[in-house]
Amino acid sequence: MTATTLTSTQGAGRAGDKIFSGAALAAGCLILAVLFGVALFLVVQAIPALTAPADEIQGGKGFFAYIWPIVIGTLIAAVIALVIATPVAIGVALFISHFAPRGLASGLGYVVDLLAAIPSVVYGAWGAAFLAKEISPAYNWLAANMGWLPIFQGPASATGKTILTAGIVLAVMVLPIITSLSREIFLQTPKLHEEAALALGATRWEMIKMSVLPFARPGIISAVMLGLGRALGETMAVALVLSSGALTASLIQSGNQTIAAEIALNFPEASGLKVSTLIAAGLVLFIITLAVNMIARWIITRHKEFSGAN
Amino acid sequence: MSKRIDVKDLNVYYGDFLAVEDVTINIEAKSVTAFIGPSGCGKSTFLRTLNRMHEVLPGARVEGEVLLDGDNLYGHGVDPVTVRSQIGMVFQRPNPFPTMSIRDNVLAGVKLNNKKISKGEADVLVERSLKGANLWNEVKDRLEKPGSGLSGGQQQRLCIARAIAVEPQVILMDEPCSALDPISTLAIEDLINELKDQYTVVIVTHNMQQAARVSDRTAFFNIAGTGKPGKLIEVGDTHTIFSNPVQKATEDYVSGRFG
Repeated sequence: MTATTLTSTQGAGRAGDKIFSGAALAAGCLILAVLFGVALFLVVQAIPALTAPADEIQGGKGFFAYIWPIVIGTLIAAVIALVIATPVAIGVALFISHFAPRGLASGLGYVVDLLAAIPSVVYGAWGAAFLAKEISPAYNWLAANMGWLPIFQGPASATGKTILTAGIVLAVMVLPIITSLSREIFLQTPKLHEEAALALGATRWEMIKMSVLPFARPGIISAVMLGLGRALGETMAVALVLSSGALTASLIQSGNQTIAAEIALNFPEASGLKVSTLIAAGLVLFIITLAVNMIARWIITRHKEFSGAN
Repeated sequence: MSKRIDVKDLNVYYGDFLAVEDVTINIEAKSVTAFIGPSGCGKSTFLRTLNRMHEVLPGARVEGEVLLDGDNLYGHGVDPVTVRSQIGMVFQRPNPFPTMSIRDNVLAGVKLNNKKISKGEADVLVERSLKGANLWNEVKDRLEKPGSGLSGGQQQRLCIARAIAVEPQVILMDEPCSALDPISTLAIEDLINELKDQYTVVIVTHNMQQAARVSDRTAFFNIAGTGKPGKLIEVGDTHTIFSNPVQKATEDYVSGRFG
């Protein structure tokens, strides 16, 4: 008698389990299928551009000569955005999670989340119409006083529509992502570890250095990588803000271009091999993003032994 | 390097809620004082007021005086950070810093406030503290490994080593053995016995046998009912509290009639 009840598989719970695990499996497979589909599309469509004779590609020197300046431009814009946004975002997140009085903290968190809800074309319009004009005196100052640095070499752009302006706009756009995620992670720091530090006589900042930041490190890296993903792929804001051109080292002259903006600006009027070239550029962006994410994973797992998960 | 604590008329609040009412108690230097009592009677809350950890929680505050060798911990201009560096604490669950090695865990408190320490001095201090916590022989070959890889009892002794590395005046222990197995508990109790030669030790425990084994003096806390403040009922020599207490409630509690 007991044996039959034990081997019964008719319970409702079993059916629910099967449905759930089936649905979860299907969702997982769907993600892989979509990713594979996009990758396949990019590769197939890009092949004509990759195999075409060099003089038929835009610029007349082959695909590689076409793509590498805009790869560099993309990376420059994204790096500027992260260099500006990361410290600010971590600071704001720490303020919200550990310093601000409770009423102010929730209000501030709400405002930061609102920044993420603004459409990118609005950021682009703001950057082009307002920020570029307002910031050009600063560029003139940089050119005059720090022009010996190649990145601040003059003459500064009169319109202010430079890669640095684009990077600043991108920084504002990625700020809410990094801030929200970091804040969530900071709030999850075990009270036990915070109290351990405080009980040793740590000040609040020392407590944050000893327990909050080490705990949050993998989360901060993930947050920055998500921000980087957005900065690399952001199209509209860059297309509106940047007056693009050839690759230049100076961040305060007009010039440079990013992959996403290049595709957006040229795609509507492209045909034939030009379309393939742009899709190949998209493939390169896809690979860059993939590589960035893999490096982030590697950084996170490298310190697994000390992560606190064991 | 151990000081006595005298508490005068201390009321402890969470916001408007009076959690512990009107405690007056003297804690002798170089002795072990145990706080016993039923759950929720405020003994842990009261312990946390002795190194100003209570006020870490939002809205928490106290009224009254806590004197460390005559200096009021709650006096005007007293920095809680300084108080905590002189009165160490060991928590209910072992909490070594998971991202730090065993060695860095021991040195964590010493390196605070931008203090610099040479590698030689650090080595000596790490060995002395770990020996003081009876942990040296178990970890001396893996000082660079993470502290979170140790067993629960070893982690708790690591936390004690971390606390004594800063050479505090007093060590507070909040149910330090409640998450540990009997063997590890025994190791901690032996350690408490050794610690009282140098330090003033205050321990909160749920385990009356533990209080009887390790402490010189025992304080019994009780609570009249849910929502009522906890009170100090009786304090005296451990032997007296367990064999011949003055209060009826104490006798009922230590003889196992409630709680």
